[in-house]
Amino acid sequence: MTDVTTNPASETPASRKKTSLLTVDALTRKRNAAETRFKAYGVVAISIGVFFLAALLWAILSNGMSAFQQTVVSLNITIDVARLEAAEKSIVKTSKYNAIIDEALIAKMKDAGVETEMSGKDLRKMLSSGAAATIRDDVLANWDAIKARDGQVMQYDVLASSRVDGYLKGRVTREALARDKNLDAAHLDIVDQLVAKGTMVKSFNWDFILGTDASDNRPEQAGIGASMLGSFYMMLVVLFLALPIGVAASIYLEEFAPKNRFTDLIEVNISNLAAVPSIVFGILGLAVFIQFMHLPQSAPIVGGLVLTLMTLPTIIISTRASLKAVPPSIRDAALGIGASKMQATFHHVLPLAMPGILTGTIIGLAQALGETAPLLLIGMVGFIASNYPDGLADGFFSPNSAMPAQIYEWAKRADPAFYERAWGGIIVLLVFLLTMNILAILLRRRFERRW
Amino acid sequence: MSLGYILLALLVLSVIGYVLGRSKAVSSAGGDGRRLHSLPGYYGWNVVLATLAPSLLVLVVWLFVQPAYINTQVASLISQETVAKSSLDLVLSDVLRVADGLDVAVESGALSQEKAQALSAGSVDVRALLGDLGVALASEVTDEILHAAQAYRDINASGEFYRAILVLAVAIAGFALAIARTHKDFRARNVVEQAIKWILIAAASIAILTTLGIILSLIFNTVEFFKIYPASEFFFGTVWSPSFGGGSELGILPLIWATLYISFIALAVAVPIGLFAAIYLSEYATPAVRAIAKPLLEVLAGIPTIVYGLFALLTVGPLLVDVLGNDGLLGVGWMQGASSVFTAGFVMGIMLIPFVSSLSDDIINAVPQAMRDGSLGLGATHSETVKQVILPAALPGIVGAILLAASRAIGETMIVVLGAGAAARLSVNPFEAMTTVTAKIVSQLTGDADFASPEALVAFALGMTLFVITLGLNIIALYIVRKYREQYD
Amino acid sequence: MNKISSFDETNDMTDSKITARNVQVYYGDTHAIKDVSINIKPQAVTAFIGPSGCGKSTFLRTINRMNDTIDICRVEGKILIDDEDIYDPKVDPVQLRAKVGMVFQKPNPFPKSIYDNVAYGPRIHGLARNKSELDEIIESSLQKAGLWAEVKDRLHAPGTGLSGGQQQRLCIARAIAVSPEVILMDEPCSALDPIATAKVEELIDELRENYTIVIVTHSMQQAARVSQRTAFFHLGVLVEEGLTQDIFTSPRDKRTEDYITGRFG
Repeated sequence: MTDVTTNPASETPASRKKTSLLTVDALTRKRNAAETRFKAYGVVAISIGVFFLAALLWAILSNGMSAFQQTVVSLNITIDVARLEAAEKSIVKTSKYNAIIDEALIAKMKDAGVETEMSGKDLRKMLSSGAAATIRDDVLANWDAIKARDGQVMQYDVLASSRVDGYLKGRVTREALARDKNLDAAHLDIVDQLVAKGTMVKSFNWDFILGTDASDNRPEQAGIGASMLGSFYMMLVVLFLALPIGVAASIYLEEFAPKNRFTDLIEVNISNLAAVPSIVFGILGLAVFIQFMHLPQSAPIVGGLVLTLMTLPTIIISTRASLKAVPPSIRDAALGIGASKMQATFHHVLPLAMPGILTGTIIGLAQALGETAPLLLIGMVGFIASNYPDGLADGFFSPNSAMPAQIYEWAKRADPAFYERAWGGIIVLLVFLLTMNILAILLRRRFERRW
Repeated sequence: MSLGYILLALLVLSVIGYVLGRSKAVSSAGGDGRRLHSLPGYYGWNVVLATLAPSLLVLVVWLFVQPAYINTQVASLISQETVAKSSLDLVLSDVLRVADGLDVAVESGALSQEKAQALSAGSVDVRALLGDLGVALASEVTDEILHAAQAYRDINASGEFYRAILVLAVAIAGFALAIARTHKDFRARNVVEQAIKWILIAAASIAILTTLGIILSLIFNTVEFFKIYPASEFFFGTVWSPSFGGGSELGILPLIWATLYISFIALAVAVPIGLFAAIYLSEYATPAVRAIAKPLLEVLAGIPTIVYGLFALLTVGPLLVDVLGNDGLLGVGWMQGASSVFTAGFVMGIMLIPFVSSLSDDIINAVPQAMRDGSLGLGATHSETVKQVILPAALPGIVGAILLAASRAIGETMIVVLGAGAAARLSVNPFEAMTTVTAKIVSQLTGDADFASPEALVAFALGMTLFVITLGLNIIALYIVRKYREQYD
Repeated sequence: MNKISSFDETNDMTDSKITARNVQVYYGDTHAIKDVSINIKPQAVTAFIGPSGCGKSTFLRTINRMNDTIDICRVEGKILIDDEDIYDPKVDPVQLRAKVGMVFQKPNPFPKSIYDNVAYGPRIHGLARNKSELDEIIESSLQKAGLWAEVKDRLHAPGTGLSGGQQQRLCIARAIAVSPEVILMDEPCSALDPIATAKVEELIDELRENYTIVIVTHSMQQAARVSQRTAFFHLGVLVEEGLTQDIFTSPRDKRTEDYITGRFG
């Protein structure tokens, strides 16, 4: 009884001085002030929450948008078939291409009117170390066409090195580069002049969206495309396993299950599995699918199976809610005209519950798409996704990465150029998640039925 | 016969079965579908189910049993001395690699099937041979391992052969039996429906199997771990310093401490904000405000944890260092690096806000309107009603929600892997880097450690601990919430 | 039950605790109460009767501004208590509700002890200076509600553990503890069994001496038993109001007569 407030107005208990309603007494004023404060706490709490969301989105967009632009230099290369053929016969094939690039770079400096003492090898530091391989791949892929153009000049757009790219994007400052052994101030002067001349430009980075991952020293070449395919194959597994199993389990629990211990056991299991940390599912996947069943490590099929088990509780819970929402009168109507319980369920209840089920499934898929922790344990990280899967079976069974695992991998490489990739990857991932959620909302809006 | 072909054969058989069963039933009724007990389709499905169900069951069992059987067979070929030199698991993985290498060699045409099986280590340098084909082996291939690998390939091949025979035999038997039973008076619908019911039950049982799988995989490996590392040192050790050369100290206490510390900070951020947001949304907000603010907050819950991890590592951490670091705005020099308990806890708190707010929102809404009316009718202000009537009434539910959030925080992985640091430490300074149970599970299992070493197996003991803690919290929380809901139903 | 026949037929404003003039209530676009004017006498029980959905509860709730808690509800017109307009912007609904208590259809004790249930009002309004004063308020409120004898040994047991009728009397005690001048009761017996109903009705009759009571009831018998004056509502309109015995024996309006004789409702 500590919160008894003193009220001078009350002379005897339970009898107040008659006051006019039109004047607000001191106590009421105090109470109303407390009311206003309390309400303000709520507004502040929501504002903080929304502020955090805004900060998060700002961080993602401000750090990640630049990943969609990449600096390229256009080089004019004179095709010399004899030389190219000689290159193919040598042991270190790409180094011969480096010589070609060096020449092209020196010629470029002359064209652009840039005066420099630098050798071609020195100039090449401005380019990606994968430049030679890129040109060679293109030459090999179009060998016949190239042969026909002997002696002609062809223009190749070559990626600039991540440092040059970072310098142009403002990610790396001159001072920071000065401490770096790879580029000199002289390089940056050349870069500035090339940019002014318009031969070094930032262009839209399709390779980031569609490309494959690259090794540690070539961040400018890294792309999220291969891991996107990895995620896609995993989602296929999840969709084709989790949806039918989830729906079947829900139908049983909602429509057929008798009230007994077995049913209780299933129910308890489902609600607990929904709250088991995702990393534990990773342990399960590692021990059961890889150690015990010897399925291939890092393969989307294993990732898909683990994510299926993880998503099942979500799908079952939402499917049961949709089944429950179908009024009993529908079942009674079907049973009343002689349908079996199974027919009533599959012909009437299930189709009516389908929009809700699909909405729940899409949300479950979105959740699975963004999940990272279990994928780390089954080896979908640390694997450099440098190849696209080759056909359906390869897509499921060959090692690959997945989008969130790829983002984690980039975040671990401790290089600002890869950080930019990671943020950019998050934008791609969020675009997928946003699309899926919008789809779910539209589906719900379009088919929502109120009984 | 590979798995794909078996499945294809089963598919073909079941399509034929459907057509045959259906037409046999119709013709037994003299072409008049009305004289059948069930609709014609049910007779077809009856055959399909009789063909597929038993054969697929056999196939699945076989797929589980064969690897285990082969492992024991191959293991028996390996001498005690070899095992003593390293470990059985290591030798077996060598055997597997060699066997895979031989497969590649046969496929690419470098070796004929017979030659691969007749190979002996004395005559050919197997390592160089396989190295040329892109299969890198760590050590020289001894005769023993090569023979084991050849035996492995033999058993595997014959296993696949018998698998195909058995599965197809079972399928055909089922097919024949079902066709034979097909007659116009056969109660096909009841049989099919009964079968479907069993399929539904099987699907529902997957939840149990999953739990069982989790528990078994944790228990087996944890027991293995405790065989080579004393449990008491694991549970009561205060030092965590794994060294892959052996002689590791694997005490869980520093990890548990950091896990709880980070979770505590996360809840200290999420609970007040989430709770006040929920109170405002359910008690004060106009429908328009609610329609905007609630989904906005829930977006926070839909963002993958990897995003929060990156946010902690690259945005919040550096920002905190800018303020609290050695050359920071405040000049206090509290933070040395961006990774810290506070960084991870704070970001995790942001992630948990919508979790706390939407659970609390549901729970506050479950308090009957009559309670509010009763309090307001006595002249209480809205906030007095909330503080003195609604929150006390909703308290059990809110406690349950907070426990669920705590279990979430304890099991969260990506934020702590990226934001909390990697050094295990028993410290009370929230601005120091520490590492948690989940982060160490990841690092112990993604390193290059031999799977049978205590450094890798400890991850399962950590996983077991994590599972037990979160399961306990969940069960208590779900129990409280359920009791709470029953009260107002 | 004894009837007081000293009430003035003409029902002028000179002796009126609550005066409503041209009250309109809208729920969104629905016009729920249409132009109701009424004088409610002090120290008497006034019953609002009428078929369900006629607006009697809605009108009751406008008297202590409980309708304010519903977003889409809008009230026009004037309601005066002791000649003060309760819809004046200067009036704080919190103060108003201390003066005009309310008892609801379903007993709604808070999930607290019996003691804390009754102490709730006095505490928030600061009516007691110390523990002994609070104890006194609680004892007298429970006594006035006729519950003291039944609960005095278990004041700290949860209020939700009482029987339905006891719970409702606890809610009445809770309302009395704030020492209101008017008590509004919204079908207070509809969730109770006949014996509990009889007890509550008896209580209402006793409380009449000190309070102005307005009761909404769906039971005409109950209106006849407990009230001195009765108002009949139909489709949001106040059809007629007068001495209870007059309404039941010689209604002036055809609709009242039809309702009382059981033609509809």
